Amino acid sequence: MRAIEILGLEKIYNAGFWRKRSKRALRPLNLAVEDGEIFGFLGPNGAGKTTTLKILMGLVFPTGGSARILGMELDDPRMKAQIGFLPEQPYFYDHVTARELLRYYGQLSGVDPKQLSRKVDAALEQVKLSGSANVQLRKLSKGMLQRAGIAQAILHDPKVVFLDEPMSGLDPMGRREVRNLIEELKADGKTVFFSTHILSDAEALCDRVAIINQGELRGVGAVAELTASVHGKVEIVWHSIAIPAGIRSMGAECHSAGDTTRVILPEENQDAALEALRREHLRLISVVPVRTSLEDYFVAQLGTSAKSEAVSSRT
Amino acid sequence: MNARILHIATNTFREAVRDRVLYNLIAFALLMSAAAVLVGQISIQIEKLVVINLGLTAVSLFGIVIAIFIGIGLVSKEIDKRTLYTVLSRPVRRWEFIAGKFLGLAGTLVVNTFFMAIGVFAALAYVSHHLESPDLGVLVALYFIVLQFVIITALALFFSSFSTPIFSAIFAFWLFVIGNFAQDLRNFAAMAHGTARLLAIGAAYLVPNFSALNVISQVAHGEPVPHRLILLNTAYVLVYSAAVLSGAVLIFERRNLK
Repeated sequence: MRAIEILGLEKIYNAGFWRKRSKRALRPLNLAVEDGEIFGFLGPNGAGKTTTLKILMGLVFPTGGSARILGMELDDPRMKAQIGFLPEQPYFYDHVTARELLRYYGQLSGVDPKQLSRKVDAALEQVKLSGSANVQLRKLSKGMLQRAGIAQAILHDPKVVFLDEPMSGLDPMGRREVRNLIEELKADGKTVFFSTHILSDAEALCDRVAIINQGELRGVGAVAELTASVHGKVEIVWHSIAIPAGIRSMGAECHSAGDTTRVILPEENQDAALEALRREHLRLISVVPVRTSLEDYFVAQLGTSAKSEAVSSRT
Repeated sequence: MNARILHIATNTFREAVRDRVLYNLIAFALLMSAAAVLVGQISIQIEKLVVINLGLTAVSLFGIVIAIFIGIGLVSKEIDKRTLYTVLSRPVRRWEFIAGKFLGLAGTLVVNTFFMAIGVFAALAYVSHHLESPDLGVLVALYFIVLQFVIITALALFFSSFSTPIFSAIFAFWLFVIGNFAQDLRNFAAMAHGTARLLAIGAAYLVPNFSALNVISQVAHGEPVPHRLILLNTAYVLVYSAAVLSGAVLIFERRNLK
């Protein structure tokens, strides 16, 4: 069974004082997420990622289309008892402690009262918040609030977990912990659907990704399949600081250090570059394909304007 | 009762009672009761009347401020801070959320009134040295004040379901003020003609009748409150609040939470 099925989901907002200006936040979206996979939902700010998540959570009503989670309708309470949701940059009640918060959410999710204390303790332990369990949430740091948010999303042992920007506000150690947690969820047989800006995390974690921009789906598939569709590059290194004119004219990125030169150029120019080196009698050291990253695919799909909004692999 | 409504009510109550602003307002109300004792001492032979008047008015006013101050943020604050997202993504229906919030705040106000009432009775016992049976009228006045809080809570929650906290506070406050003149509005409607009469009748019955719930002066003068009025007011508040809350649910059920 598919964990999530999105069938032509569409959202148009009516803006303006008289509600006559329409703004299309989501074009008809068709997407399916298989049971047990980690699925990345990528796109720049304003692409429609959060709108899609809010429709799935029943917070926003779609203009058209439908969706099913675990084979059930979006307003089915039986479905809602089996999903967990972490909103972007979560904020919780000021005067409640982490333990009280989890107990409250556990009660709302219908967790057996006899199991509730044990599940709360387990969730706090899993997100490493046991030491701060009895501190009021207003005193916790942003990273700790994020972990409390993850705890409330997984406390009731849901089958599908939705995470909106789960790495947001976390330092590198925190991001590593969340990545490990997502892998643990998959190992437990759960389906994880998460939206993110951080392409390197999506590349490392996801079985499949979807890329959305301006409310429209631009690509779906396994990371390897998507990156294979982008024309690759090749790195050529030779012994000399001389750069043949033919290679310069290809628009290659050239770097000279010591007595070697390294260039990176499109794969289709490889033969012409090697011929230019042969004519100049320059000694070749290596020819190595450069792996195409998800960022390259992202930029190829969305154009350079989106690149500045997406966080690159170097972040 | 639906368990989820009870859990939401409990969480609302817990958040409210841990908010230090609440304690400041209760402290002010208790200070007012103490001040009433001082004022009573400079008013010859009417100490009791002054204490009851001032004390109950303080309970009423500060309670209304608490009801509006907390009530206006019940829904809008949860939307702004996105705490509502993690609630509604669970098997909680939107009407259950509204009902739970209402019960939580109403419960908070009942508890507050209890503590403020202790102050009033303490002041009364101090000036009159002993409590008499006519003083039980103060309990009825306090009960009617709690009924006022129930209506204001419902109205604050209604406005909070679609408006910003500032506008919710303004609307709720003005309805409280106009509601205290509801009887005058009805008298005007009786004297008016044509369209003005229709509009006045509509306004008179739409606006909550706080004037009928205000028996402070009557009780201060030792006059008994008829049992019939207690039953009628209770029924009126239940029906009015249910209607207002139904409106809140209807609006909230269709609202996109951006």
